[in-house]
Amino acid sequence: MSEAILSLRNINKSFGAVHVLRGVDLDIYPGQVTALVGDNGAGKSTLIKCIAGIYTPDSGEYHFDGKPVTVNGPRDATALGIEVVYQDLALCDNLDIVHNLFLGREKKKGVTLDEASMEQLARQTLDGLSVRTVKSIRQTVASLSGGQRQTVAIARAVLWNNKVVILDEPTAALGVSQTEQVLNLVRRLADAGIAVVLISHNLVDVFEVADNVAALYLGTMAAQVKLNEVSRNQVIELITTGKSAGVTNIGANK
Amino acid sequence: MSTQTPETAQETLAAPSLKSAAADYWARIKSGDIGSLPAVLGLVALCIVFTSMSSSFLTPGNFANLLTQAAGVIVIAMGLIFVLLLGDIDLSAGYSAGVSGAVLVILVSNHHWNWVPALLVAIVAGVLMGLVIGWLVSYVGVPSFVVTLAMFLAFQGILLLLAGEGGTIAIEDKTVIAIENSNMKPLISWLFFLICAALYVLSGLRKMAVRRKAGLKTELVQLWVFKTVGLLALCAVAVFSLNLERSNNVKLVSLKGIPDVVPLILAILVVGTFFLSRTSYGRHLYAVGGNTEAARRSGIDVKRVRLFAFVICSSLAAIAGLIFVSRANSVSPTTGGNSTLLYAVGAAVIGGTSLFGGKGKMRDAILGGLVVAVIDNGMGLLGYAAGIKYIVTGLVLLVSAGVDALSRKGGN
Repeated sequence: MSEAILSLRNINKSFGAVHVLRGVDLDIYPGQVTALVGDNGAGKSTLIKCIAGIYTPDSGEYHFDGKPVTVNGPRDATALGIEVVYQDLALCDNLDIVHNLFLGREKKKGVTLDEASMEQLARQTLDGLSVRTVKSIRQTVASLSGGQRQTVAIARAVLWNNKVVILDEPTAALGVSQTEQVLNLVRRLADAGIAVVLISHNLVDVFEVADNVAALYLGTMAAQVKLNEVSRNQVIELITTGKSAGVTNIGANK
Repeated sequence: MSTQTPETAQETLAAPSLKSAAADYWARIKSGDIGSLPAVLGLVALCIVFTSMSSSFLTPGNFANLLTQAAGVIVIAMGLIFVLLLGDIDLSAGYSAGVSGAVLVILVSNHHWNWVPALLVAIVAGVLMGLVIGWLVSYVGVPSFVVTLAMFLAFQGILLLLAGEGGTIAIEDKTVIAIENSNMKPLISWLFFLICAALYVLSGLRKMAVRRKAGLKTELVQLWVFKTVGLLALCAVAVFSLNLERSNNVKLVSLKGIPDVVPLILAILVVGTFFLSRTSYGRHLYAVGGNTEAARRSGIDVKRVRLFAFVICSSLAAIAGLIFVSRANSVSPTTGGNSTLLYAVGAAVIGGTSLFGGKGKMRDAILGGLVVAVIDNGMGLLGYAAGIKYIVTGLVLLVSAGVDALSRKGGN
């Protein structure tokens, strides 16, 4: 297995008296989809927010590209090349696809917006992801289906050559065929060499696209395992009880 | 990668047809993106009704009168659009105009300043008022409705204090008075029209050339020609009728040409439209109005965007103050008061700007402002009481806000 691009070691995070993350380890590899699973309240969202710099861990190590780094805010994470696609999509309904892709990072010519080159780049990015469902990239996001919106949100993460893309339940609100489209897109991201983290409640999705799975249980990392070495029941055991016989932890050398 | 060819081909194939353009437009309207359509239709309908009922409505004199009547409200509405785009409101904009107007008049009349520095100070007063409101709304977090309601009272008080015991301060500066009371010479009017038309056509052509060079889909040429020719023809008719003699007594005074306030409003329209659609600040304004959280996550400084919106709103109100004092030749405690602000909000909303934020254009203020002025003017000519005018204008505002709310529902 190649070197991890992002490694967390012994991450702790408390909110007042509530100890949400207890010594969590996680490794994320380029070109692979790492599924992050766990029951409600296991700490998935908190862990993601620690990675994205929204929360600062109380203790623990954060390694990026083999080097220890400190991430004190979303800007630091963005600077490293980490992008989160949130569940409640961070898109503006009243703007078109190009505007949304470049929101906050518009290309400019002097003081004016360089619409032509933004549109070209947007078109290239969507083509690169083999997105063929969008009729016009100048239509407003309000007119898109759930799957298309998810596609735009993901394309936005890709546009900036990010190294790590974290997807928070990207298929939660989607129908069958749209889920399929998005999962295909997730796979293509990983195949393009991006390290993808997929948070999901849906084990069918996880087994379809993920390479390895990290299971959180009550704030601890139950195990991070290669997906082809475990059965679905073992993953369910990890999620519900925090342990399962015969799984090989690849995450940390415990 | 070979899979993308059919799609690109499809897109270019679908492009060059008037039928598909019409279908796209219809789809947009159905999805709730109606834009200025109701305002345009309403304006046409109102003009037809008033023309049939009053012989003096569709006369050159009344047309020029309408433009100068609407000017102040239009400029306030243009500023309000920046705030409305965020889903906020500025109820104090009318009295900001009054206060700025008072500053201008006091400096010119009482302190014998030249009008240029006086106007600058009046605009700075507008900026300061906007900074206070914007700071309270975006950094302290008080809802804009409450802040500006409080400021509505406070600015009214400042205006009363500035206007002083006498209540009215006259202004005699020729330039200030000219803005609402003078016209361009007919020949200059036509020249002005030709220059504007040439610039408009050139900017349209340039936009298409840039997109074609970048290999992007361009607007259908026939459609562009149709729209441009239509708009310019309409403007030419307007210039022609404004150039007709409209004085009752030509020997005493000759009245013809475009009112001086028109180029001022056009300039604000051009600068504001450029700001909203071509700069990243404008884009961020729409983004914050559409989805504040998304804007924040995209790294946009939401608080600063909001602060500036209020500053722009109050600064434009200061220019409206100039127009008000020019029209009245004086400032009084009711300058920018009464129904001014509500007419301005009405103008923006009737023009197609959403009260929910994220949707609106500068031109909405002009279209809506004209609708409001036509109702006011037409019903006045028909001899209706002020009470009836208020009721009708209120109902029109309500209908536009209702259309706005329903179109939002339809869109989702």
